[in-house]
Amino acid sequence: MISLNINNKNYQVEVEADVPLLWVIREHVQLTGTKFGCGIGECGACTVQIDGEAMPSCQITAKEAEGRKITTIEGLGEGHPVQLAWIEEDVPQCGYCQSGQILQAVSLLAANPRPTDADIDAAMNGNTCRCGTYPRIRRAIHRAAGKPGQGGKP
Amino acid sequence: MSWIINLSRREFCKSGALLGGGLVLGIHLPAGLAAAQEAKTAAPIIPNAFIRIAPDDTVTIIINKSEMGQGVYTSLPMLVAEELEADWQKIRIEPAPVDPVYNHTQWGGIMGTGGSTSVRSSWEQLSKAGAAARIMLEQAAAAVWNVDAQSCRAENGFVVHSDGKRRLSFGALAEKAAQLAVPQDVAVKQAKDFKVLGTVKKRLDTPEKTNGKALFALDVMVPGMLTAVVARPPVFGGTVVSVDDTAARKVAGVKDVVRIDRGVAVVADHFPAAERGRQALNIVWDEGALAGLDSSIQLQQYRETAATPGAVAAQRGDFTAGLARAAQKIEAEYHLPYLAHAPMEPLNCVADVRPDGCEIWVGTQLQTTDRNAAAAITGLPPEKVILHTTYLGGGFGRRAVGDSHFVSEAVQISKAVQAPVKVIWTREDDIRGGYYRPAALHALVAGLGADGMPVAMRHRIVSQSIVKGTPFEGGLMKNGIDDTAVEGASDSPYAVADFLAEYHMAPAGVPVLWWRSVGHSHTAFVKESFIDELAHAARQDPYEYRRKLLAGHPRLLAVLDRAARKASWGKASVPGAFQGIAVHESFGSFIAQVAEVSVDKKGGVKVHRVVCTIWANHL
Repeated sequence: MISLNINNKNYQVEVEADVPLLWVIREHVQLTGTKFGCGIGECGACTVQIDGEAMPSCQITAKEAEGRKITTIEGLGEGHPVQLAWIEEDVPQCGYCQSGQILQAVSLLAANPRPTDADIDAAMNGNTCRCGTYPRIRRAIHRAAGKPGQGGKP
Repeated sequence: MSWIINLSRREFCKSGALLGGGLVLGIHLPAGLAAAQEAKTAAPIIPNAFIRIAPDDTVTIIINKSEMGQGVYTSLPMLVAEELEADWQKIRIEPAPVDPVYNHTQWGGIMGTGGSTSVRSSWEQLSKAGAAARIMLEQAAAAVWNVDAQSCRAENGFVVHSDGKRRLSFGALAEKAAQLAVPQDVAVKQAKDFKVLGTVKKRLDTPEKTNGKALFALDVMVPGMLTAVVARPPVFGGTVVSVDDTAARKVAGVKDVVRIDRGVAVVADHFPAAERGRQALNIVWDEGALAGLDSSIQLQQYRETAATPGAVAAQRGDFTAGLARAAQKIEAEYHLPYLAHAPMEPLNCVADVRPDGCEIWVGTQLQTTDRNAAAAITGLPPEKVILHTTYLGGGFGRRAVGDSHFVSEAVQISKAVQAPVKVIWTREDDIRGGYYRPAALHALVAGLGADGMPVAMRHRIVSQSIVKGTPFEGGLMKNGIDDTAVEGASDSPYAVADFLAEYHMAPAGVPVLWWRSVGHSHTAFVKESFIDELAHAARQDPYEYRRKLLAGHPRLLAVLDRAARKASWGKASVPGAFQGIAVHESFGSFIAQVAEVSVDKKGGVKVHRVVCTIWANHL
């Protein structure tokens, strides 16, 4: 039994210790906003925040995530400034990568409230969008920058 | 669309996609809709299979195209809203079930999405549906007020009377309107009267794509569902000789190991267990006829083939005679690789086969084909197979497969284990799983006149056929020419008097499929690269060179000129960068690009800027 704190809620899950957190979030906790894309930490679709830091949830085991504060896209709610900026700029196309993009952007803005284009490109480099929404992602991050509450914690 | 998760089947059926409905313009009511409407008497109403208006004024547009990022959940409602005079804020969307009424208007009897056809093929159908519904609402209001329908006019979700005093909302009129005969021959607006079309509407699917609620097939959870992965042959066309699944069955969580036509499925309670079970399988494969396939050998074979005449795809004048008269001869060869679609959402499908029916949740581009494949596997009549179209995490053609393989796998496994099953492809399964853009060899020869302009050109293409042996062969293959292999080359707009385009169908083997712009993905590159070679040989500016060859193609010229102007052609904005230009037409859109590129001392290429112009207007 592993206990996980996801979006400020405690879950006890019956799962082997070395199962990637991604699958625990998706299959056991059934929060499916976190996506499977590659399984090797290359695409960023499974990005979640762990203690405020964005990271691919396929690269951390359930055991390693125990006792840490996990935030998924569902944990942001619906009115986070980054989400609103995403809506304002109409960022998503197919939408599959966007949960990861948004959580990565939230972490970026927490660390760097006024990022430059270069800062954005560097921070978002690990999040692939097959539709190519990168220019809008950049615009949305600039739009959200400096807004109250855009920090790492929802 | 988040309603599927964690609902019991009973709840699901009550709240599913099949609620409500109405009349169809001259066509029958879909069986699913009729049954659901019967079951729920308070069902909202109105005029046809594409529009439903509820008492609360929401207007639901039933979408028969798959949303994979291209925006059909917004563009198609815009077509309806324009004619319906709906309040855009009240528009909702719902994916259509499989029914003939939702068939593609140009694809002869199937529902599907692809070929850059969604807006074009739906335009008239949805415009007229919207107009018919609006007329019925106006007639309903006229009846309520006992006035002439001519004095009633729909605007922004209401019908208003010309006296300026009376108005009723669409929701208030919907039930009455649904009793009226559907007008059959309705007029639609002229472009000058458009209020919605031509404006920028925010995508209706954006909010749920920013909060994790958008439901992709990979997110579907059905009670009692198991998860499967499939061990597929290491070589395309390979088959299983024997399986030792002893170790796989011992993996915690593994429930079953099942042989299916495409390999061996490991079925488990969760994905990680299924994947571990697959790794523990011991399979002896017969690698089959392609065991020795080698890219370099294939390229050599393609080259040898390209040295011989192929089937004529297009011909003007006499290429041989033209070339003989030319002052200068230019030759070039282009080799394009196989390409994987690699949608962000790996392929997957949920199937629940029961004795009395089958339900499928899938992000597909070919609903009818997949539904029928499931019917064939289960032995059920097609109407007992309910297919739910979810969002697609990218399609690019990969989810439009004539053999329905990624649906068939799930149906076969669910049938075998008698439980709902989700088949998940890993990224590795996806990339090595075939169905690629075909590799192609292009061999080109051109003769230039004394003025440097091309007088003769031959464009020969060697590639596997995407459509040969598929249900699409009849429509897309003629006289040995796969249109998807030569499109963009055989119809080159460049004015070359003696022109010949030829096609060699390479031997089948590696599974190939339409990939994004299909043939244009290689022909545009080759056509434009070669014209640049000719301009270079002629020592002419590649932009002006193209202009001279495009007389009579005003749209191509328009986008070309605009791209050149916007990019300040001739003056790269980045010091040390070079500019390149290209222009092409595909699927009724005209596009030109100017790229600014630099090459470093090690040969590394950096693209600094691309200026792109497109003519994608209503033609």
